[in-house]
Amino acid sequence: MGTGRLYTAVAVGGFRRYATYRTATAAGVFTNTVFGLILAYVFMALWDEKPHLGGYDQAQALTYVWLSQALLMAMATMGGGFEDELIERIRTGDIAIDLYRPADLQLWWLSQDAGRAMFHLLGRGAVPLAFGALFFELALPADPLTWIAFLIAVALGTVVSFSLRYLVALSAFWLLDGAGVAQMSMIAGVFCSGMLLPLNVFPGALGEVVRALPWSSLVQGPVDVLLGTADPLGTYAFQASWALGLLTLGRLIQSVATRRVVVQGG
Amino acid sequence: MIAGMWIRSTMAYRASFVMTTFGNFAATALDFVAVLLMFSRVDRLGGYSLPEVAFLYGVSATSFGITDLVVGSMDRLGRRVRDGTLDTLLVRPAPVLAQVAADRFALRRLGRVTQGLLVLAYAIAVLDIDWTPLRVLMVPLMLLCGAAIFGAVFVAGGAFQFIAQDASEVQNSFTYGGTTLLQYPPTVFAKDLVRGATYVLPLAFVNWLPGLYVLGRPYPLDLPTWIAFTPPLIAAGCCALAGVAWRAGLRSYRSTGS
Repeated sequence: MGTGRLYTAVAVGGFRRYATYRTATAAGVFTNTVFGLILAYVFMALWDEKPHLGGYDQAQALTYVWLSQALLMAMATMGGGFEDELIERIRTGDIAIDLYRPADLQLWWLSQDAGRAMFHLLGRGAVPLAFGALFFELALPADPLTWIAFLIAVALGTVVSFSLRYLVALSAFWLLDGAGVAQMSMIAGVFCSGMLLPLNVFPGALGEVVRALPWSSLVQGPVDVLLGTADPLGTYAFQASWALGLLTLGRLIQSVATRRVVVQGG
Repeated sequence: MIAGMWIRSTMAYRASFVMTTFGNFAATALDFVAVLLMFSRVDRLGGYSLPEVAFLYGVSATSFGITDLVVGSMDRLGRRVRDGTLDTLLVRPAPVLAQVAADRFALRRLGRVTQGLLVLAYAIAVLDIDWTPLRVLMVPLMLLCGAAIFGAVFVAGGAFQFIAQDASEVQNSFTYGGTTLLQYPPTVFAKDLVRGATYVLPLAFVNWLPGLYVLGRPYPLDLPTWIAFTPPLIAAGCCALAGVAWRAGLRSYRSTGS
């Protein structure tokens, strides 16, 4: 099997695996819609009070709400993808078997996570967004090119999300119990990605800091590309440099960590 | 007793306990940070000032925190039904509901209660309320009745999981979604949503109706004043209904057969 085909197969497996849980997906769609509804009204009250807050008009702010709900699971903003499983494998020592396999550990999990993200984008993203578009006045673009540009930003965002969670999982080599780190990462993910509130509504220096952090690639970046409030190429460059940097860091830590496994006798 | 067992088991790792309790505190505090960030840009939300929103938030978060502490493991029930481990609970000589509630009882959830109480304390300290004995009494009453109403929603959600095993997220949208809804003033939401939260799923009785009495604000939907004193009745009614639903759910349980 060629390497390209191997990782495609892994990605398809990741997609299928999540597609199995149909009731859970339907339940999740319901939850995203309920939260979207609550947030939509809060944002309307907020933008009523201060129109053009953060440079958005009300329709754009509402689009932001529904898009962020649609992206929540695909971007694994609150965690809950492959990392729990990887942490468990590191804790139990099963990771030693994975390291013998003729496949690259990081690429393997990246492909699996890509399949998961793809499923969640379709399974948990499309319906809440459609619901939002049906009942609220959204500022969705008509130009298909903008949608394609958005999807590229989403794809790059999922890689950044993966590389962050890969680092979280690797921390288990030293800490064994990854729960604390995973929780901190979830807090950072929710706060800094723009899930809580658009990052350009954050006041002053705090806003500048959160916009420069990798998490802004997950929600704020793709949404701004769709709304046309950010230059797509600039967004891609930002996302790609974070992805590259974090993936390289993950690779370095992985090689240090695997040497540790060998020292411990496997 | 089961709760005690889980407390002892978490206390075996004290550092981890401190970390997760703090993490729980921080994770739930994010909601209020969002409110603070909003108020850094506006003075009012739906006509309410920051201390008023904080009051509603504090009551909702604290009563939800109490419920979460007591029956927060209810969403694990679906998994237990699916993999058949509920059988273990059925053969033990203790009420199943109590066992499910105490399943993985996590004292770290105190983080949520603490966070809610802190926000509530801030609100009460800053707000200029004309304190009458009735209003003073209303605050602890709200927390207790609110916790009971949320508890009923949790138990009813648990009963629902006997039928739809994989759907614990639906329950989350009513519990976590409910508390998020109540953290904002009713004037923010569309009339139909407020109607739903009053007459269908009576969440409005947790903090909106009694809370607006304390704040001296007009009620939504032109409801009469005495409605502020009905939460104990509503809470009792909800608990009774949830109990019936729970019994029905438990009776419909068939094991996995494996």
